[in-house]
Amino acid sequence: MNKELLAHPPGETNPNLLDPQQPTINREWRVWGLLVVAAMAWWIAWNSLQPLADWITYGLLGLSPTSAFGSALAFFLYDVPKILLLLTGMIFVVTTIRTFFSAESTRQLLGGKRQGVGNVLAALLGVVTPFCSCSAVPLFIGFVEAGVPLGVTFSFLIAAPMVNEVALVMLFGMFGWQIALIYMATGLLIAILAGMVIGRVPHIESGVEDFVWQLSVGTASSEPGERMTWPERFGIAWHSTREIVSKVWPYVVAGIALGAFIHGYVPADALAGIMGKDAWWSVPAAVLIGVPMYANAAGVIPVVQAVMEKGAAMGTALAFMMAVVALSLPEMIILRRVLKPWLIVIFVGVVALGIILIGYLFNFII
Amino acid sequence: MEIKVLGSGCSNCKRTKAVIDEVIKDLSPDVTAIEVHDIAAIMAYGVMSTPAIVIDEKVVSAGKVPSKNQVVEMIRKAQAA
Repeated sequence: MNKELLAHPPGETNPNLLDPQQPTINREWRVWGLLVVAAMAWWIAWNSLQPLADWITYGLLGLSPTSAFGSALAFFLYDVPKILLLLTGMIFVVTTIRTFFSAESTRQLLGGKRQGVGNVLAALLGVVTPFCSCSAVPLFIGFVEAGVPLGVTFSFLIAAPMVNEVALVMLFGMFGWQIALIYMATGLLIAILAGMVIGRVPHIESGVEDFVWQLSVGTASSEPGERMTWPERFGIAWHSTREIVSKVWPYVVAGIALGAFIHGYVPADALAGIMGKDAWWSVPAAVLIGVPMYANAAGVIPVVQAVMEKGAAMGTALAFMMAVVALSLPEMIILRRVLKPWLIVIFVGVVALGIILIGYLFNFII
Repeated sequence: MEIKVLGSGCSNCKRTKAVIDEVIKDLSPDVTAIEVHDIAAIMAYGVMSTPAIVIDEKVVSAGKVPSKNQVVEMIRKAQAA
């Protein structure tokens, strides 16, 4: 076309785009410098949290540590910035790692891998590959067309939403690194085993809608992610962090406020009756309630923690969390476009069963 | 120049379309943008993460919502090609 394509005259440089005058090396140093300063600020903030919360509640406002309101407020003032700080830090780090991966490269890595090894790899990749539930359908089709066995694809689809950084951060922040690690390990285990089990169901391929097999998938264009510069990676990570935190913080605040209330006001062991270890039906019930729900891990976990303080068993709480995060009605509706109902039922059933078993296991050993 | 936004209609896809519309509204009417929801059409481009952007049948972006500057850059590169 011979008309002026862009609003800016050809000579003018958009100041926001990479300035061609400034050497790339200086820009890299600046970005790294900025990152170091940010990390130090984060660390200082992190260490000031508890003292600050205590000072405001007991020093400034003069509340008593034994009063219900005092302990609830201190809990709230400590936890909200703590979780937000953790979230910011973790999402930034995880998104940076994710810039090294892509759905296309994962597909190539998994194509043709047989069951077993493939399931393990798929679950691990599910954790690090950037995944948005809206891409579940194209991703599913892409994997299947590339020759990735169905069971392996499912391992990916289970691990990706379940072992997400928001859930891990929240667990780490509220229960410590051991619990977060256990969650990640059992999440991966469920993803691997459920994927393997589903893969072994006879004629599982017939569970996929016929049109999928007839689609011709174009060859993937070269993924720009593989050749990014560090400033680009950090730019994406920062953008992603801001986006996720801005979406999630209301849930965090609401969840912690609710948790703080339970922490301060509900008597200890009040919930042991219906959610404690001895209520054997609590695990399946928790999973059944959690499966159709779609809630942010950020909002659920503080409530889980508070509820656990009051007598709910660890296994039941973990099972509920996993059920909420791993499966949801909206996701099933999206998958309905490519999966026949009976396969969806099997998918949900196997994963739910796995979660229930984990719930019982933890109630037993913890 | 024909720009296509590939996606299933989720909020990210709509935002991508909005960003693109914002950029091209000042350009010549030869530059058009449409949304593509059909799964078969999306897969034909070999795209697995939506939203994806296609300019004149070439995939230029996949898996994220671009900023205005990035869209400008994409259009500039496509024009130069």
